[in-house]
Amino acid sequence: MTSSSTSASAVSRRALAGIAGAGAIVLGAAACSNSDPLAEGTSAPASGATSGGAAGSGAIVVGSQQYYSNEIIAELFAQALEGAGASVERQYQIGQREVYVPELQSGAIDVMPEYLGNLAQYFDDAITTGTADELSAALGTSLPEGLRALAYAQATDQDSYSTTADFAAQHSLAQIGDLAGIADLQIAANPEFEARPYGPAGAKSSYGVDITLVPVSDSGGPLTLAALLDGSVQIADIYTADPAIGKNGLVALEDPKSMILPQNVVPIVSAKVDDAAAAALKAVTDALTTEELIALNTRSVDEQADSAAIAKDWLAAKGLAG
Amino acid sequence: MNQLLLALQWLADPARWSGPTGIGVRLLEHLAYTALGVAIAAAIAIPIGLLVGHTRRGRGLAVTLSGAARALPTLGLVTLFGLWFGIGLTAPILAFVILAIPSLLAGAYSAVEAVDSQTVDAARAQGMTEWQILTRVEVPLGLPLLISGVRLASVQVISTVMLAAYIGNGGLGRFIFLGLNIQDYPQMLAGSILVVALALVIDLALRLLERVAAPRGAARA
Repeated sequence: MTSSSTSASAVSRRALAGIAGAGAIVLGAAACSNSDPLAEGTSAPASGATSGGAAGSGAIVVGSQQYYSNEIIAELFAQALEGAGASVERQYQIGQREVYVPELQSGAIDVMPEYLGNLAQYFDDAITTGTADELSAALGTSLPEGLRALAYAQATDQDSYSTTADFAAQHSLAQIGDLAGIADLQIAANPEFEARPYGPAGAKSSYGVDITLVPVSDSGGPLTLAALLDGSVQIADIYTADPAIGKNGLVALEDPKSMILPQNVVPIVSAKVDDAAAAALKAVTDALTTEELIALNTRSVDEQADSAAIAKDWLAAKGLAG
Repeated sequence: MNQLLLALQWLADPARWSGPTGIGVRLLEHLAYTALGVAIAAAIAIPIGLLVGHTRRGRGLAVTLSGAARALPTLGLVTLFGLWFGIGLTAPILAFVILAIPSLLAGAYSAVEAVDSQTVDAARAQGMTEWQILTRVEVPLGLPLLISGVRLASVQVISTVMLAAYIGNGGLGRFIFLGLNIQDYPQMLAGSILVVALALVIDLALRLLERVAAPRGAARA
């Protein structure tokens, strides 16, 4: 634990040195784009003079989904970019992928924290399974022109077959496959779980597990958790970065056959993110493990701390603050 | 427009109407949840409403409380009760009862209040007991207004019962929530169309009942 965190911060300090130098390049690039006659001037020459410092020029726009954990990651990215000398605008809490992907393509948003599996499926619904590397490679080809996926983080926030410690001990459960043969199993999850490759049909074909869905539409939130804890269901789909897993001593059953799509955190960026800015983002994703993400989420849930404060403390602790 | 056509197509597929998760079963579940919610609410609200109307006491309190109840967001109630009682039918039914009570209460006390006071005085002068006045004069004459309260409550509950599916139950909400989450908008729209159609049918049926139930000289809704 100690040695790994030391080495992580050593890596990040080295990255930091690069970022400090890179900041100047980012600003330089911004100045270039300002004077680009094609980017500016033809459409709105007047506004170019007055509000040229806003979205039109150097500012990198960081977006986030309407999900508190995603906003924290977005804020990590935003502050890391600011630390590298870039000017950043924030467009948080954008609801659906259908809304913000076109914004990314049009250049209204430049950086978006995403999740490997869901995004890969968004662009290619034939993808039903795969490792993180395979999904990352798939994104490399399926992302629209002008967008790219940077290196993904070890941190993953994905669906799980979670159960209580008692139920796991009672049936000696470690993997999803250990559920095979238990009668009348029910899983609480969002209604779309039925249609997912890792839903009841997938559990049957991959692991021989018979389980029926009890649809609870709060995305693994308090109702889903309560249903698991009060015994209404034996299994619940709780996202792996949810602090509730640790707090309630839940066991997220292992998935050795990779039935559940990996949802590693991955920054999707526009062409405005140059090598220096990408290096700043990479410093964050390199340090972001699932445990770190849970710790970040826990601060939000327990202390109601805002994403800016959480991100600031974390970056400082990791030696990534500008 | 295209989405609407797709939704109608979705509805037109006979395979979707049968089976344990078919439209037929979901419609019946939807109706059953509505009936249960309105029946429980009626058992609570109608006696209180009649009492308030007959005695002319506590009207201010009834109006205030039912007005406040109207302002409660039902999804919030479903979630709150869900945390207390767990997933299942208890939480949403309780929320629907709270949703239905204001209309039923208002229907009941206005039904009694709307009866001509001279008629009531005449009944009292003839030596009727208060109970007889209520059951033989006020309720029969106010019946259309009373049923109108039931109608309003039923339509409100029908359009809200989709929330039962939010915490593990059936009903037409299953199509709406599933369609929403997998971006199958025709399915979502089809579910909504069914809810609207059901609400209209029940509204019409209870309007007819109001007409039939009205004796000569009854208070008009």
